[in-house]
Amino acid sequence: MQIELIVNDKSVTWDIEKDEFLADTLRAHGFLSVKKACDTSCCGLCTVWMDGKPVLSCSILSMRAHGKKITTIEGVAQAAEEFAHILTAEGAEQCGFCSPGFIMNVLAMKNELDNPTEDEIIHYLTGNLCRCTGYMGQLRAVKTYLGVA
Amino acid sequence: MFTVLDMAQPDKLEEAFEILAKRKNNTILGGCAFLKMSKKRIGTGIDLSRLNLDYIREDNGFIAIGAMATLRDLETNALSRDAFGGILSQSVRNIIGVQFRNGVTVGASVYSRYGFSDLLTALLVLDTEVELYNGGRMPLQDFLQKPYEKDILVQLRIEKSQRSAAFSSFRKSASDFAVLNVAVSSLDHQWTIAVGARPGRAVIAETASRALSQGHLSAEELEAAAKIAADELSFGTNTRGTAGYRKALCQVLVKRGIMEVLQCKSN
Ligand SMILES: Cc1cc2nc3c(=O)[nH]c(=O)nc-3n(C[C@H](O)[C@H](O)[C@H](O)COP(=O)(O)OP(=O)(O)OC[C@H]3O[C@@H](n4cnc5c(N)ncnc54)[C@H](O)[C@@H]3O)c2cc1C
Ligand code: FES
Ligand code: FES
Repeated sequence: MQIELIVNDKSVTWDIEKDEFLADTLRAHGFLSVKKACDTSCCGLCTVWMDGKPVLSCSILSMRAHGKKITTIEGVAQAAEEFAHILTAEGAEQCGFCSPGFIMNVLAMKNELDNPTEDEIIHYLTGNLCRCTGYMGQLRAVKTYLGVA
Repeated sequence: MFTVLDMAQPDKLEEAFEILAKRKNNTILGGCAFLKMSKKRIGTGIDLSRLNLDYIREDNGFIAIGAMATLRDLETNALSRDAFGGILSQSVRNIIGVQFRNGVTVGASVYSRYGFSDLLTALLVLDTEVELYNGGRMPLQDFLQKPYEKDILVQLRIEKSQRSAAFSSFRKSASDFAVLNVAVSSLDHQWTIAVGARPGRAVIAETASRALSQGHLSAEELEAAAKIAADELSFGTNTRGTAGYRKALCQVLVKRGIMEVLQCKSN
């Protein structure tokens, strides 16, 4: 089947399998920032935005992206880079495999929440697992990025 | 991973049900997070996205929640977030993460009647009706006792009232399945206590609810009601906890729940 969608502000028409998931479709079309690390919708590595909301692309059927706006980290490169510098400065990145999904969720949170508290930040980012760094460096980086205490 | 041979996106519920009834392996698709983990060979996958069932709205004294509303909608929508002390929102807020909850649906969560379900526990202490396309409307408690039948859950309807309620779940770590969850509510001196993730499906602690409704809510009576709940329900053992541990937890969480509701009422 065919879907028409907007990926990072560009209209595309793609042929997909009926039971294909969005992460696989995006990767097949070169959006290799989109990673997969679990089969249980638990790790958050595959996070992209669908009409501005963060979703797990590993669990969204590609056909449901028809007519939608999909954003990957390539589409928000400037903001992502700004945050990535802070992340690195806080020593909150090691293998970096979790970073694209994590950054997409941090940027989504910035759009959705005004001046979040530490509890709100932790709650919003619970679905992003990182097996290298522990989470304190990430938390420091997020607070610095958002300018909250 | 499941496979889907064919896909349908019906514009009418009638059509969706016809396709569902046609073959044994035709299947409704919710957010697909659970289906995805199965090895099911689905004949026709029936996507309900075109049926405008993603609403949460007020409808003649009820909060109506469409089957395709997501758990994140339930968590953040002002109507569901602010009603009944916020227990609908609280019951789903620890399920995996925001991105996950932006995808999974209320309809699938209720239709599937999972033992671990946090949402079912909260819904059970409210005046919740389930509306099925073929089976019609019925109280949630009746739905939970029905055997699985092929049907489409269309919406939930929760009667709006001054009911005070509290929800708590005990988890070993954020985003894990609950070891136990408890909801308590009260309206016009009638109390309802529900316990879920026992790990069996959520149920109402009938005797404890009755005892509490007939008493004077003294400290001893609260303590007694919590003990009755723990004694009357059955608990099981799995990797998250033993039956004995759950029973002990139940008594503590029920007592806390009752106290929280009393506090809401006095504010
Ligand atoms: C890894 C993981 C962890 C989870 N942890 C928790 C937890 O801690 N607490 C908790 O409460 N829940 C938890 N859940 C369950 C989750 O909240 C959802 O309830 C579950 O994923 C089903 O929602 P879905 O939209 O993904 O359904 P799907 O996977 O699409 O469907 C599930 C079933 O429901 C049927 N179905 C879907 N919609 C309808 C409908 N409208 N009418 C009739 N049948 C329908 C489908 O045919 C299928 O059989 C977890 C799920 C996963 C995958
Ligand atoms: S790959 Fe783990 S949540 Fe998507
Ligand atoms: S930096 Fe390696 S998983 Fe997060």
